[in-house]
Amino acid sequence: MKGKTLFDKIWDSHVVHSIPEGPDVLYIDRHYIHEVTSPQAFDGLGRRKVKVFRPRQTTATADHNVPTINQHLEVKDLLSRTQLDKLKENCDNHDIELYDLNHEFNGIVHVIGPELGYTQPGMTIVCGDSHTSTHGAFGAIAFGIGTSEVEMVLATQTILQYKPLRMRINVEGTIQKGVTSKDIILYIIQTLGVDGSTGYFVEYAGSVIRSMSMEGRMTVCNMSIEMGARGGLIAPDGITEKYIKNRQFSKGKIDYIDYKTDDNATFDKEVSIDISTLEPIVTYGTNPAMSIPISKGIPKLENLNENDRESLSKSLRYMGFRSGQRIEGEKVSYIFIGSCTNGRIEDLRDAAKILKGRKVADNVTVWIVPGSNQVALQAKQEGLDKIFSDAGAAMRQPGCSACLAMNDDKVPAGEICIATSNRNFEGRQGVGAKTILSSPLTAAASAVTGIITDPRVFL
Amino acid sequence: MSALAFKNITSTAVPLGIDNVDTDQIIPARYLKAVTRGDFGKNLFADWRYNSDGSINKDFILNNPIYEGQILLTGKNFGCGSSREHAAWALSDYGFKVILSSHFADIFKNNALNNGILPIQISEEIIANLLKLVSSKPETKFIVDLDKQIFSTVDKSITENFQINAFKKECMLKGYDSIDYLINLRDKVERYEGRKVG
Repeated sequence: MKGKTLFDKIWDSHVVHSIPEGPDVLYIDRHYIHEVTSPQAFDGLGRRKVKVFRPRQTTATADHNVPTINQHLEVKDLLSRTQLDKLKENCDNHDIELYDLNHEFNGIVHVIGPELGYTQPGMTIVCGDSHTSTHGAFGAIAFGIGTSEVEMVLATQTILQYKPLRMRINVEGTIQKGVTSKDIILYIIQTLGVDGSTGYFVEYAGSVIRSMSMEGRMTVCNMSIEMGARGGLIAPDGITEKYIKNRQFSKGKIDYIDYKTDDNATFDKEVSIDISTLEPIVTYGTNPAMSIPISKGIPKLENLNENDRESLSKSLRYMGFRSGQRIEGEKVSYIFIGSCTNGRIEDLRDAAKILKGRKVADNVTVWIVPGSNQVALQAKQEGLDKIFSDAGAAMRQPGCSACLAMNDDKVPAGEICIATSNRNFEGRQGVGAKTILSSPLTAAASAVTGIITDPRVFL
Repeated sequence: MSALAFKNITSTAVPLGIDNVDTDQIIPARYLKAVTRGDFGKNLFADWRYNSDGSINKDFILNNPIYEGQILLTGKNFGCGSSREHAAWALSDYGFKVILSSHFADIFKNNALNNGILPIQISEEIIANLLKLVSSKPETKFIVDLDKQIFSTVDKSITENFQINAFKKECMLKGYDSIDYLINLRDKVERYEGRKVG
């Protein structure tokens, strides 16, 4: 019998009904919601006069649009406050657990789901946020959805979905000093392209992935969407099991043995990537696939085809860089360490490794934003907050913050920000702001020097 | 979810023609604070459409009065990035009903379909030809016939078939509401839940 992929095993076991020549009705085990993409969905329920079908399977948090200082005070911005109030009202009305601002479990949705043990292997998970793919690190099918689909899941605990194609990315080689899971996923995205996985659900495999911590795996799966993938997952193993053990809402031991791709299963596309010679990666352009090893130059326009040349020219005009130039050594004025990509405890530990005993440069503003209150608590227990404040960069309070700059953490027009988040789109961090994506190590190293810096000089 | 039936349209087109347009460009995050459907159309492509002082950026194609219509011609990978349905709402509120690209980002495609916008996928080469045609002859009118799955110029000098899943097509043509459909499957869902526990 033909083997099955891990993705197929999970998908097939969640099909409630298959519409002939149409999509599957897929059962959703866990639904995460937040303040920005849910209000119109609840409005829809109101118009239909239906309640949330399975409120116990929905978890809410306030994260996208929250301040990252003085969270105990009333939120100043009226529109943001209204959105937060609306989330609370909707959760109250529908009996949904909400980890609101100041709650000990509050934080970025893709940080709290795993750390509280809601996210488990074998699950189907959705959220009105494209970085829902993060939860795939546990061997779950997790993907981002629009607000109409949020309404659909709230109303029915199911979603109409076409089964995507399957891709496997095998990552092999030896990880070099200064290289993190962030550099690895940026390299994968650069290799496959910003739309290289559109239409696919990716399984990450290989010895490099196996060796990664859960935090590292979450960073990898998190950015699957940046190459167009519907989601990305990793087969659970002993590392997964250790992570989920003793989590607040974890159901205990899982039978992760079932959750792996059969040896004779086939993928629609398979890619192998060797990272043995990889060095820290930084982006230079306006999509996450536009990245280079930190010691190398930006691609030369003359080496590209007409289409890519036009696209690169447009990006370079926005970023203020020249074709072929190196960006290591370029002056930066903002540093953002945080987000659902790199706002976990290991990321803060990486930043602290570099910042310990050093000061941030005079010309930079540094935002260190923990992914959740639990992450912040852990950081304090480990003394990381002290390291950060001694360096001149006090740790803030959790939230999505400068990743999408819906709150006050905005980078001013024309300024360059090294960010550990996931998108360097035009204006993503503020109108006219220029984003360079990197690992927490590279971001922290650049915070110390005030210029784009190879973290290996500090390691 | 929209229950608007898609009708065939005859319209001129706007040649945007940029690759990898992400949903942050379609509608920047700072305009996502509304808690109701409201009008997102005024902030469609806000950072390209308006200068930093709020004035109109005359160089942007949407502000060029010679181009208008319900059809948007875009480069490849349209709608990548964030899952925000606000992007589809902004396009729809502005008046676009059809978007052509050589391929769309997955989440955006679903969001578009759920809002009565038809994403038509055709080859990069044809998109390039259409962009040239519309740029030089902005008055060119096109017909979008969803039932026959044909995109053509009114004079039929260009006639392209496009693919759409039969189920999606039926939903769009009839304006079916998928959520109502799923609510009616509740027995099946409950039986599934029973099996899962048992």
